[in-house]
Amino acid sequence: MATPNLLAPEAPAAPPAPSPRRRRRGDGPAAGRYLAPAAILLLVVLAYPIYQLVVISFYDYGQAEAAGNAPLRFLGLANYAELLGSATFWTVLAKTVVFAAVCVVGSLVAGTGLAVLASKVRAVPRTLLFLAALGAWATPAVAGSYIWLFLFDADFGLVNEALASLGFGGMAGHSWTFGTTSAFGLVALEVIWCSFPFVLVTMYAGIRAVPAEVVEAATLDGAGAWRTTTSVLLPMVRPMLLIATVQSIIWDFKVFTQIYVMTSGGGVAGRNLVLNVYAYQQAFAGSRYGLGAAIGVVMTVLLLSVTGLYVRSQRAGLA
Amino acid sequence: MTTLVRKPGRTFAEIVTVLAAAVVAFPLYWMVLTALKPPGEVQSAAPWTFAPSLDSFQRVLTVSGFGRYFLNSLVVALVVVLLSLLFAFLAAVALTRFRFRGRTVLLVMLLVAQMVPVEALTIPLFFLMRSVGQVAPAFGLNELGSLVLVHLAFSLPFAIWMLRGFVAAVPAELEEAAKVDGASRLRFVWQILFPLVAPGLVATSVLSFIHAWNDFLFAKTFIISRSENQTLPQAILVFFKPEENDWGAIMASSTLMTVPVLVFFVLVQRRLVSGMAGAVKG
Repeated sequence: MATPNLLAPEAPAAPPAPSPRRRRRGDGPAAGRYLAPAAILLLVVLAYPIYQLVVISFYDYGQAEAAGNAPLRFLGLANYAELLGSATFWTVLAKTVVFAAVCVVGSLVAGTGLAVLASKVRAVPRTLLFLAALGAWATPAVAGSYIWLFLFDADFGLVNEALASLGFGGMAGHSWTFGTTSAFGLVALEVIWCSFPFVLVTMYAGIRAVPAEVVEAATLDGAGAWRTTTSVLLPMVRPMLLIATVQSIIWDFKVFTQIYVMTSGGGVAGRNLVLNVYAYQQAFAGSRYGLGAAIGVVMTVLLLSVTGLYVRSQRAGLA
Repeated sequence: MTTLVRKPGRTFAEIVTVLAAAVVAFPLYWMVLTALKPPGEVQSAAPWTFAPSLDSFQRVLTVSGFGRYFLNSLVVALVVVLLSLLFAFLAAVALTRFRFRGRTVLLVMLLVAQMVPVEALTIPLFFLMRSVGQVAPAFGLNELGSLVLVHLAFSLPFAIWMLRGFVAAVPAELEEAAKVDGASRLRFVWQILFPLVAPGLVATSVLSFIHAWNDFLFAKTFIISRSENQTLPQAILVFFKPEENDWGAIMASSTLMTVPVLVFFVLVQRRLVSGMAGAVKG
């Protein structure tokens, strides 16, 4: 510090400069001005609708009420009672959880595995992988859904044609979107395809941040590639893995577009419903906005419990 | 010695990597290939009779008013990107460089806001936009303004959270030095801080862009009776027909829909990777 006087002109005599923390106390009004545009928007278009969602879920809110032609009837918890008492809800919830779990595990395994691989290879193969992953990531959900639908199309799809030419003649004209498992499986493939790149990039950034000496030391101590990966790399990138996991859970639990597009709104007789699509159907197709809102509240609560985990893991960064 | 031992393992890893890249890229390759096939050949899987034709693209661009939908999507996405960058940058500055009460609470709320299922809010937002339309018609149902508002609300929490890491990374001494040189805080924020967090702004803009560009649900729900204000994802539905889907046109429009994002992504990929790392660390 050659010029201490310039850096702390108001206290030239005191050797330790006043901490910036202390000097910034009382930034309230300025902070208010800087935060105002975002805060106003978030209050109007996010916080208020969240409040409204809860309110609507307590009412018998149908077509007539929505149009203002009938007075609102307060139901209390009746929408929730109906929901929890209906077999459909539990089936849909179970399907949502299983579907999300498959997608989360799939994208974590693919993303982390490829990130480890990418950290071990030279620049050219790595760049090829990253370009391909960026392509999948950049593909809009709607476009991605159509691509995978076409690949697995019963009559013109490449997959059936390839299977038929390999001797599986019975596969010609096979409908992948008809059966519940294969339809969900197909959607899961698409979701994993477009969401593993986030895991790849996050985990790759994490692995690169591990100092090379640590890995070298492990190798010198006689640890093989597998041992180095599981005992040294993975524990050190655990924070990244946690973020990737929680983000994946949040995204995959909320998948809407892919299910809606690929199974034409939830499949024949609603066999491929997830909570999101179910809520949308009840509200907008069935004009049961109250029940739809209740499903939304249940989903939000489920996701917020996951968020609790995330916030806890991030607490260090909040201080 | 080490190189001799390592080499076969690395070659194997490299083969696996390239294979994985091929598998991941294949759906995109198939999309473009199908879009370029001449009519009548879409049904055949064989790529070697390949004779590129722009027929499908022509069908898309002439038949459905695709240009208008494309423009709508682009306008909405770009306005969302610009406004969310501006608002999120200001908020990120306040949340990282200013000390005030309730700061931590705000940060936690932003984190929670990211977890709220967008789709569940469609119901109250539908009613909100209907009422907004009576006061400010440009932001009501059937108008692009409503989409801008909604996408902003959902991209802001993430954008603020992400930019926070970048703003925090700028050393406090710089601010002190600027103050000593007589620069006001406003001047410091715009002339020094803003350019310094450019990588973060770029990474954030990509994610906001994708968010708005991808939207299927809100456009489907809010734009009901004025089809000329519809966006791209809905436009493609025209080519799904009960008799026979026009896969050539569907793949051509999917290609047109993917290209802008892809270009954006490839241009900024370096910054995106460091941006993701920055956000994760921040």
